[in-house]
Order: sequence, then C-alpha cells, then structure tokens
Amino acid sequence: MPDPRKRRKEKRSPFTVDRGIPGAYEGETVTRRRLFEGGALTAGGIASAAFGLPALGFAAGPLFSDDSPERFQDVGPEADFNARTYVARVITLVADAGEAGKTTIYVRKFDPSRDTDKLRQPYVAISTRCAHLGCPVRYVQASERFICPCHGGVYGFDGTVSGGPPVRPLDRLRTRVVDGRVLVGDRFSVDSKLQKFSVRDPSNHLDGIWKYLYPPRPTT
Amino acid sequence: MSALKRRRGPGRNEETGPPATPGRAGNGKPGLDREELIRQAAEVPISAVAWLDERTGASPFLRGFLYRKVPRGTNWFYTLGSATMFAFLSQAVTGVFLAMYYDPSATRAYESVQHITNDVFLGQLVRGMHRWGATVMVVLVFLHMGRTFFFGAYKYPRELNWLIGVVLLVLTLAMGFTGYLLPFDQRSFWATVVGVNINASGPIMGPYLADFLRGGPEFGAATLSRFYAIHMLLIPGLIAALIGAHLYLVAKLGTTAPPWLKAEKPRELAREEI
Repeated sequence: MPDPRKRRKEKRSPFTVDRGIPGAYEGETVTRRRLFEGGALTAGGIASAAFGLPALGFAAGPLFSDDSPERFQDVGPEADFNARTYVARVITLVADAGEAGKTTIYVRKFDPSRDTDKLRQPYVAISTRCAHLGCPVRYVQASERFICPCHGGVYGFDGTVSGGPPVRPLDRLRTRVVDGRVLVGDRFSVDSKLQKFSVRDPSNHLDGIWKYLYPPRPTT
Repeated sequence: MSALKRRRGPGRNEETGPPATPGRAGNGKPGLDREELIRQAAEVPISAVAWLDERTGASPFLRGFLYRKVPRGTNWFYTLGSATMFAFLSQAVTGVFLAMYYDPSATRAYESVQHITNDVFLGQLVRGMHRWGATVMVVLVFLHMGRTFFFGAYKYPRELNWLIGVVLLVLTLAMGFTGYLLPFDQRSFWATVVGVNINASGPIMGPYLADFLRGGPEFGAATLSRFYAIHMLLIPGLIAALIGAHLYLVAKLGTTAPPWLKAEKPRELAREEI
C-alpha cells in the first residue's frame, strides 16, 4: 500500500489554479495571502534583528577587544628589592574601579643561581591571583611559599605549584628597569616549565593537550 | 455616578424612585437623598468592576483560573509553588525599592549599601527581606521541585511544565549569583571572583563566558554594572514571563492527585465487581 502522504504530495500542483484556490489566476504559484504572510514575517524579523543584533553585539563586545594598552607602573627604586625575598607592592590593574581595581604583587630581583626560567625578566614580579580560582595568595617567607586562603593552594619560591588544587604556576608580570627604577607591566601566564603564555584565566591548564582546550582569547 | 445608574435600565430603580438630583437635596428631604447617595456610593465598586469586566471579558477567565477543580487529596504541599511565586514577588518589590538607593558603581556601591542599612528609614528591614528572601526563595524552589518529583507530577502531559520549572530553577540560582556581588564587600567580591573563574574553567567556551560575565579580561567597574543589569532587568523579566507560562500550563492541565490515592473506578464497574 502506498504512503498516502506521498501520494498527495505527488498530486499537488504548484499552480494555484489547479488547486482550486479562489481568486487564483493563470500561472500563479504563490497566493497573495501567502506572499503577505511571508512578507510580514520577514519585515518583523528584519525589524527585530535591527535592534536585537546590535544590542547583542554591544553586550558581547568586550569578548573581542583588548582595550587596555600595556602600561608600565613604577614600583620603586632598584635598591628596594633583593634576590632573597619578595617585597609586596600594590599596583592598579583596572583604572576607575577604586580599591577593587588594585592588586598586590610580589617583586624580587632575578637570581641567576636559583631561577631556572628563560623569561629574561630583570625582576621577578609574581601576581597574587591564585591559578586555581583567583583568590589572593600570600607570601610566607619562613617557608618560602605562596599560600592561598581559599582552597589551600601552595606555590614554591618561583611560583610553581607545590601542592593543592592549582593547575599551573602563579602568573607573572613583565618587568623592566628604567633609570634605576623598577617598572611593572602586563600580566602573563606560565606553564609548569615556566614557559611564557598570554595571560589565561585561573583554572585554565597550560600543560600537555590541555593548553589547546584553553586557547588564547582576543581580550588578553 | 448617575450616568452609570441610568445605564442599568429601568427595572433596578423601582423601589427607590427616580435617582436623586442635586437640586432636590436642599429642598427639605435630606434623609431620602442621603440614603440614595449611600446606595449609589455602594454601587461604585460593583459598577467599576462591571465596567472592566464588560471590556476585558476577564471574569470567565478568572473563574476558570481561580475556581478550577482540584483532585481529591490536594494538601498543603500543593501550596509550595504559590509560596515560591510570592517569594519572587517579595524579591521584586523589595528589589525595586532597594534600587532607589543603590549605586552600582565600583567606588560607591559599598557606601550606598551601608547607607541603606544604617541611615535609610526601614532600610535594614527591606534589605534584610531581600537578602533572606533570596535564601527562602531558593529553598522553596527546591521544596516545590521535590513535591513535583515525589508526587509524580512531572509525568505526561506535564513534562513541559517540568522543563520550564528547571529553567526557572537555573534563573533563580543565577539571581542569587548576580545579586551576591552587589553589596561589594570583601566577601561578595571574592565569592564572585571565584564564581566567575569556575565558569572560566570550562574548556574552550569557559574563558569566553567569564569574559562576558566580567565585561572584559579583568574584574572591574564594568563587572558590577553588568551584574546589576542582569540581576535587576534581564533575569527578573525572564522569570516573570516563565512564571506566567508555568501558571498557564498548571491551569490548563490541572494538578495531579497525590500518589497514595488510587484511581477511582467508574461506578458501574465497581458495582459489578461486588
């Protein structure tokens, strides 16, 4: 037995005259009613898109633009820092956000006998943003460790993970020395071998195949 | 008033005679006119409702919605949905009034919340209602969900209502997440940092989601105003619309009997079995 739906489809003529629609005329395949239905829907769709798409783009715009040019901040004269311990400094990450836009960083002089990284920074500036979920870590000189209060992340003297949930070492900041003063610039991330990556969010792995699952973003 | 009265037709006024006119009030018959005025005044609310009903046709709808039949065995657990809705309404009302004093800027937010709590008349009460009401609403949502689950009220034909309920649950939690930042103290700041970074931990899309929530790569002033707009405009609108759809389906499909009640047999069948 043939499929009744299929048979009806075969029989149906594209011409409205053949289908016996009132007001049909020779050669017409779309009735006026159909045309106006489609026209009204299209006009409504265009009108909605005309305000909807710009609004969506407006909300999602910050995803695709990096509107913070690199800005080096003075954190003090070279004499303030040494290679044995970290000195805490407060820098501004986001302007116009008051106290919420400021953050503590830890700075020490690069120590060729102790540091193994090839980052070529004259000073080691460690970001206090924990690589687990972003809480502020604190440096404890007695154990030469960075310790996070939230979920127990622990980092060694060079910022690599020594325990707890963090997935990569602490982020660092670019440093340079100008006229005897130490300047601190943009943040960058490092993998467990202290190789440089563009800054990633906390919780984003940077080792093995993981680094392909957390690709660099346009904002960083 | 008298215009409304006249439209009622002739039959209504037979007992009291023709309607009093202002001119007769001063002509020695104050008692009758006063009675008549009171009678007319008493009819004002009825006339107003009738006026509305005539133009909206609301009463058949309201009768069907408010006086619908419910199954035998309906009990207090069936009020949890309404309770959740009233928790939402309470949040909406207190939220609107908190917004009159709150300042969603990174430098002023904390001070404005302190101002609400310490200086504004009844500010502590209204903020407390909003703050504790949020917890109450989440608890009620889960109790309502548990009732629906354990009573089997999610089954055919009510699956769509369950799905709408799931979306409402997620939106309620999103309200909690976005609202938590607004006091902008240490606790709310760091809790939101952690929450956004949990979003960032999803592979590939996660960091973009975090950028969207923060309004950029860093947690800043844009983040607070973003959370504020999501908290007070976007999600409440969605929740209100979905509650409407949820209630429509409840009214259309009716509620289920508790699972411990057996289905009633038709009477003839029951007699035959004896």
